[in-house]
Amino acid sequence: MSIEISAKAITPIRLSYGNLIERFGDKRPPSRYQEAVYDVQPTAHFHYRPLWDKEHEIYDTSRTAIVMEDWYSFADPRQYYYGTYTIARSKQQEVAEHNYSFVEKRALLDDLPEEVRQSVRDILIPLRHIEWGANMNNCQIDAMGYGTTICSVAMFNAMDRLGMAQYISRIGLLLDGNETTSLDAAKKDWMEAPEWQGLRHAVEDMFVLEDWFELMVAQNIALDGLLFPLFWDRFERKLSENGGGTIAMLTEFMSDWYKETVRWTNALVKVTAAESTANNELLSEWVQKWVTRLSEAIAPVATKAFGPDGVSELNEVKEELLARLGKQGLSV
Amino acid sequence: MAAKKLNLRKRYELLTRGMGWETSYQKMDDVFPYDTFEGIKITDWDKWEDPFRLTMDAYWKFQAEKEKKLYAIIDSFAQNNGQTNLADASYLSAIKLFITGVTPLEYAAHHGFSHLGRHFRGEGARIACQMQAIDELRHAQTQIHTISHYNKHFTGLHNPFHQSDRVWYLSVPKSFGEDALTAGPFEFITSISFAFEYVLTNLLFVPFMSGAAYNGDMATTTFGFSAQSDESRHMTLGLEIIKFMVEQHEDNLPIIQRWIDKHFWRAYRVLALVSAMQDYMLTNTPMSWKEAWDIYFVENGGALFEDLGRYGLKMPKHHELATAEAEHLSHQVWSVFCALGNATGFHTFEPSEEKMAWLSEKYPNTFDKYYRPRFELWKRQKAEGTFEYLASLPQLCQVCQIPMIFTEVETDPMQISFRNTKYKGDNYHFCSDGCKDVFENEPEKYVQAWLPVHQIFQGNCGGATVPEVLEWYKFQPEDGGDYFDSLDYRRWQEWHGNAEAAKTGS
Repeated sequence: MSIEISAKAITPIRLSYGNLIERFGDKRPPSRYQEAVYDVQPTAHFHYRPLWDKEHEIYDTSRTAIVMEDWYSFADPRQYYYGTYTIARSKQQEVAEHNYSFVEKRALLDDLPEEVRQSVRDILIPLRHIEWGANMNNCQIDAMGYGTTICSVAMFNAMDRLGMAQYISRIGLLLDGNETTSLDAAKKDWMEAPEWQGLRHAVEDMFVLEDWFELMVAQNIALDGLLFPLFWDRFERKLSENGGGTIAMLTEFMSDWYKETVRWTNALVKVTAAESTANNELLSEWVQKWVTRLSEAIAPVATKAFGPDGVSELNEVKEELLARLGKQGLSV
Repeated sequence: MAAKKLNLRKRYELLTRGMGWETSYQKMDDVFPYDTFEGIKITDWDKWEDPFRLTMDAYWKFQAEKEKKLYAIIDSFAQNNGQTNLADASYLSAIKLFITGVTPLEYAAHHGFSHLGRHFRGEGARIACQMQAIDELRHAQTQIHTISHYNKHFTGLHNPFHQSDRVWYLSVPKSFGEDALTAGPFEFITSISFAFEYVLTNLLFVPFMSGAAYNGDMATTTFGFSAQSDESRHMTLGLEIIKFMVEQHEDNLPIIQRWIDKHFWRAYRVLALVSAMQDYMLTNTPMSWKEAWDIYFVENGGALFEDLGRYGLKMPKHHELATAEAEHLSHQVWSVFCALGNATGFHTFEPSEEKMAWLSEKYPNTFDKYYRPRFELWKRQKAEGTFEYLASLPQLCQVCQIPMIFTEVETDPMQISFRNTKYKGDNYHFCSDGCKDVFENEPEKYVQAWLPVHQIFQGNCGGATVPEVLEWYKFQPEDGGDYFDSLDYRRWQEWHGNAEAAKTGS
């Protein structure tokens, strides 16, 4: 039985903020996502030019060659604002925390076959530096980008990458009983080992890219699109086949995260490419450029990870990525 | 293998250091191009001590808990029409000023900290700035959500971001935020984290949040409590960065002192708006501006700078003037809002008898002598129907962008304080020695200012008449003017069963 609770009805004078009524009409109240992200960023009458970039305004559409009539055409399919974002990640970290504690308490990594342990050290631990670079790059996208729907997603992404770099570091510490042997070795590999240099070179080149949207393509679409499926999915499965199933408990966050993240990068590519032929051509060109360069850079690491199958694994991932981007409208 | 025990400090260090590297395919100076031009010398970024040791997993967990609680209360507030339990609908003027003036500053802070979160060379400093960047985004978004319900029931809250970019008095906080954003990263963090968050934040936070609590505004109070632990992290960062910079190199000290002087004064002038809010907009006032200034600046700020004396730092220049102004500030600012109340996005009103008695008590040296007469006159004129809003647009200070309303409080409180300087053949006007100093240190910057009144005269704001400009602001006819003639007043009376007043206004 339900009882009617009688409350005094008070008629509102409006349903929403004016900018949202202009965008979506006043038929129904907007979502909290819409309230939180639309039109928040200043767009006009900037008082002073940045001392650190006198060519541009503080927020300036000309920091990228991509042109949008409305920079709020993109909406995050996950509808993340700060609240929904932290609550979603909090749930994931709870699972991760449980898994890490479980593995630690039972010392499960001690039982791994030595070759699996070595593979984790050689392939997965150095990826913490890539996540660190991804943190910097997404922070840059937030700082140089335009429109809160895009910039806030980049901010969340930046913090995710810091979180994942920290999870990877914890795997290293778990492997070594809290000694830093694996972390140190991974850093040395990242800095010196020939198979990592192509990737490090590419990441450092991303650090100095001037166009933030190209950086978005290079980092979040090309690099992540190759690296996550290859190492956090396929390689992880290979480890499982070789007795390293425990590792999957520690990398679940990364693989779930990527599945989720693809949803917004797809939406972003689709909306941006559909805006104009010029955007489409530019995006396609950036994708070609970075996917080509990055697959060459990843190849030696793929070979180290998969042996002779490395290149074909990488090629499959690359084909999947290009096919997915093709579906969003790019000519790649 | 038995795992080595890690204490929290060591664990945190392992999870936040050593992930970055000295780049070799690109020069470090190209990867971090912005952190040297200001002249701040950092010899060892590893000396940076994180003031808060939060790994991301812990951050997500704590913050998500706070978010869940906050939204549960906001929802319940809306469901139960919590707006009817306010002390009075005139209190909403404070919230209108908050969402149009303060919330955009939160977003500006978000933007600035993400810039630093990428461009400081030190790993630890970057992480600290990123955490603050996402916190500031939180504050902007939770404020929008908290105030959303009020927007459905009151005027003047409907277009905060459009207005922040345009409205004459909102260029005061906007230009302050943009002053910091357009500075280099070290100056930005000195401005926002130290001058604003550490030295002056209580003067912003206490009036708004305690003011909310005193006036039955559960939604804003809840937001305030929820943001408090973020704010205390931010304050700690402010102190940490100052000490870090000073300890890194002796050449840094004079640069930092100049920034403290400048941003203290800039932030203090923004707070002038808050002073009027505190003393006049709040129905029930937890403490007067003067009392707040004495406690939070004179006492606490004084102790802070005494402590910082060992680093060679001094009290900010012109702090004596700010203290002398404390007896006048809120009255002067509220007067100009009342005089231009047809062009504000919130309601103005003369203080009630009760409020005037309170003001006399809190401001024994100034209120009755200088300010009570003008409010009584306006009240009389309104009763007689002879009151008229100011017909001309006020001249604005080139730096703080507040109309030239401040007076020579130390010599003749009825004499407008008027300063000017010539730069490249043009004459620039200032409200005070503080603003004049700021200009003269960086004239190239401040000549660029988008001064709303100049822009109106140049025809860049929708037209030459007041209604055209207000329309360009997206002010609706019922947003401004006297509270007792307002839709807010009529609805308030209706909610509280006062049918006559609801129909006719006062």
